[in-house]
Amino acid sequence: MTRYLVRRILFLILVLVFVSFLTFFIFLKLPASDPARLVAGRQTTPEILAEIRTNLGLDKPWYVQYGRFAKGLVPWPGFFLNEQVYYSYGNFIAVKEEIYRRLPVTIALTLGAAVLWLIIGLPIGIVSAIRKRSLADRAGMLFALFGVSAPVFWLGYVMLFVFWFKLGWAPSPGLDIKESLGHAILAGKFILPWVTLSLLFAAFYARMVRGTLIETMSEDYIRTARAKGLSERRVIFKHGLRAALTPVVTMFGLDVGSLLGGAIITETIFDLDGVGKYTIDAIYDQDFPVVMGVTIFAAFFIVVANLVVDVLYAVLDPRVRYT
Amino acid sequence: MAEPLLEVKDLKVHFPTEDGLVKAVDGVSYSIMPGETLGVVGESGSGKSVTFLTVMGLITPGQARIEGEVVFGGQDLLKVPVEEMRDIRGSQIGMIFQDPMTSLHPYYRVGNQISEAILAHRKIGKKEAMDQAVDMLRRVGIPRPDERARQYPHEFSGGMRQRAMIAMALSLNPDLLIADEPTTALDVTVQAQILDLIDRLKQEFNAAVVIITHDLGVVAEHCDNIQVMYAGKAVEYGYARDIYYDADHPYTWGLLQSIARVDAPRTERLKPIKGLPPSLIFVPPGCPFHPRCPYVFDRCRTEVPQLLPVDGHHASACHLSLEDKERIFKEEVFVHQ
Repeated sequence: MTRYLVRRILFLILVLVFVSFLTFFIFLKLPASDPARLVAGRQTTPEILAEIRTNLGLDKPWYVQYGRFAKGLVPWPGFFLNEQVYYSYGNFIAVKEEIYRRLPVTIALTLGAAVLWLIIGLPIGIVSAIRKRSLADRAGMLFALFGVSAPVFWLGYVMLFVFWFKLGWAPSPGLDIKESLGHAILAGKFILPWVTLSLLFAAFYARMVRGTLIETMSEDYIRTARAKGLSERRVIFKHGLRAALTPVVTMFGLDVGSLLGGAIITETIFDLDGVGKYTIDAIYDQDFPVVMGVTIFAAFFIVVANLVVDVLYAVLDPRVRYT
Repeated sequence: MAEPLLEVKDLKVHFPTEDGLVKAVDGVSYSIMPGETLGVVGESGSGKSVTFLTVMGLITPGQARIEGEVVFGGQDLLKVPVEEMRDIRGSQIGMIFQDPMTSLHPYYRVGNQISEAILAHRKIGKKEAMDQAVDMLRRVGIPRPDERARQYPHEFSGGMRQRAMIAMALSLNPDLLIADEPTTALDVTVQAQILDLIDRLKQEFNAAVVIITHDLGVVAEHCDNIQVMYAGKAVEYGYARDIYYDADHPYTWGLLQSIARVDAPRTERLKPIKGLPPSLIFVPPGCPFHPRCPYVFDRCRTEVPQLLPVDGHHASACHLSLEDKERIFKEEVFVHQ
């Protein structure tokens, strides 16, 4: 197992290198604005720009520039996204610092949505599978179809329009700077974002659970369980669902992992200061180190989530063993 | 005469499908006495498995149209409420299936799966149930049963898994054990061991056994009676000895002739039964075997032969006269055996 973990950690570093290089390369080749301009601000002169460019090392060859960023790839305190390189060209705040400040918002959004999509999606999927082709099944799958088809950016605005603008039931979007996160949650600021974000996943999970459970229930060991005279409930839950949920659990780990890197669209629509919004703002501003930083951060999270999920799979399925 | 343990009367199991009504079982009757071993032989699609799945209540009225009676312990199992059937299943009638690898749950330890069966029917403590499970593993000949009980199915060999399945089915001391192709998925050498095990346990547990198989060779030494099925109907029934030494149905003759023999000359061709099993939706009129029968005559094409006993016990569903049957058997079938 240790050898396996070591291999996976090396793989993590490889992925971070690849992702960071790709991001760097895109920025390098972007025919858009000059990072120096962002640093300089509005009122500037060519001389100041040139000086900034030198300070930032923008006149150096690309591999030297990349080398500066590369140091920040190592996932170790002191190295990871070090402040010397990864700071915003807009306001000079360290990327690391900003991410940590905004992470609680993203976590709150992700976890809340995750709980909600499990509560909605799993039962729908299970009922659909148990009562195949019944009215409940068709209704559930219709909901799922809607859920996977409705784009988040459309759904979010529709929700805002109906529940905040028209009905006034939900609080206004955006988090108050002075308000603590806990306060904001209790004030209901996260309800619409949670619903919006979870709907797509709930639909997806409902379909997935339905599929895996139907497949599992046709397995031979289900027939054996029934032949033993077990109650139908036990057969479905202890024998069927247990096996059917393994892929769902791993999917869940991956989804949460990637969302923690920033639920960009949802955060933007509802004006929540999470990591996602940070990312999109930085892209608009062409704030190069920030984009590099958040991309690496998100990639890191996803790779770690992948690793956790794979290890989890070995825990859930005794047939799987890693060497 | 003692009371039969199980009596199946004119059982019909028809599955409505998009392509038509599949008559998987079409009027099958038999009875099993306590302590008897019945072999049920037939090709895939003969209805042999469906019959017993229906007896167990694993095929329900929701899935198929079921007619007839299944009398067990004084009740018609087809009319018994679901809860009661669940009680009977596993504790009074046990069933094991063909492929023990897929028939055991891969995520749970073997001992657990056995004790689960016990706990479903007996109000005893978990530890006691586990002790009984370990004891059952020992009785089916698995060495170091306490260690093995803590292992997962994929850590067992094929033969051991089937032994574990048998242990599970017998753990509640049922009166009837149904073994659906118990040896088909196993090596030949292991097959013999498993069949011997079933014989031995049958004595120990005082149970009747049904062995469902497509292999006449499997049932030879282990069955008291044999029923041959074809296209959802029983075509022959009798003592094992009768079936092998005095078979009275062309299909049975075909099965006997198609057995590959170890002592036959190497160049001798295998003799399969010509043709294919019929569609169960469009069953041939008259005798279902007639399209493939080398001895077919006009009556066979229109009139369904009934399973009639010729001497009180041995019965065959064929229009050929008894003399013809005996002659054909002696001249053409037995010669090759």
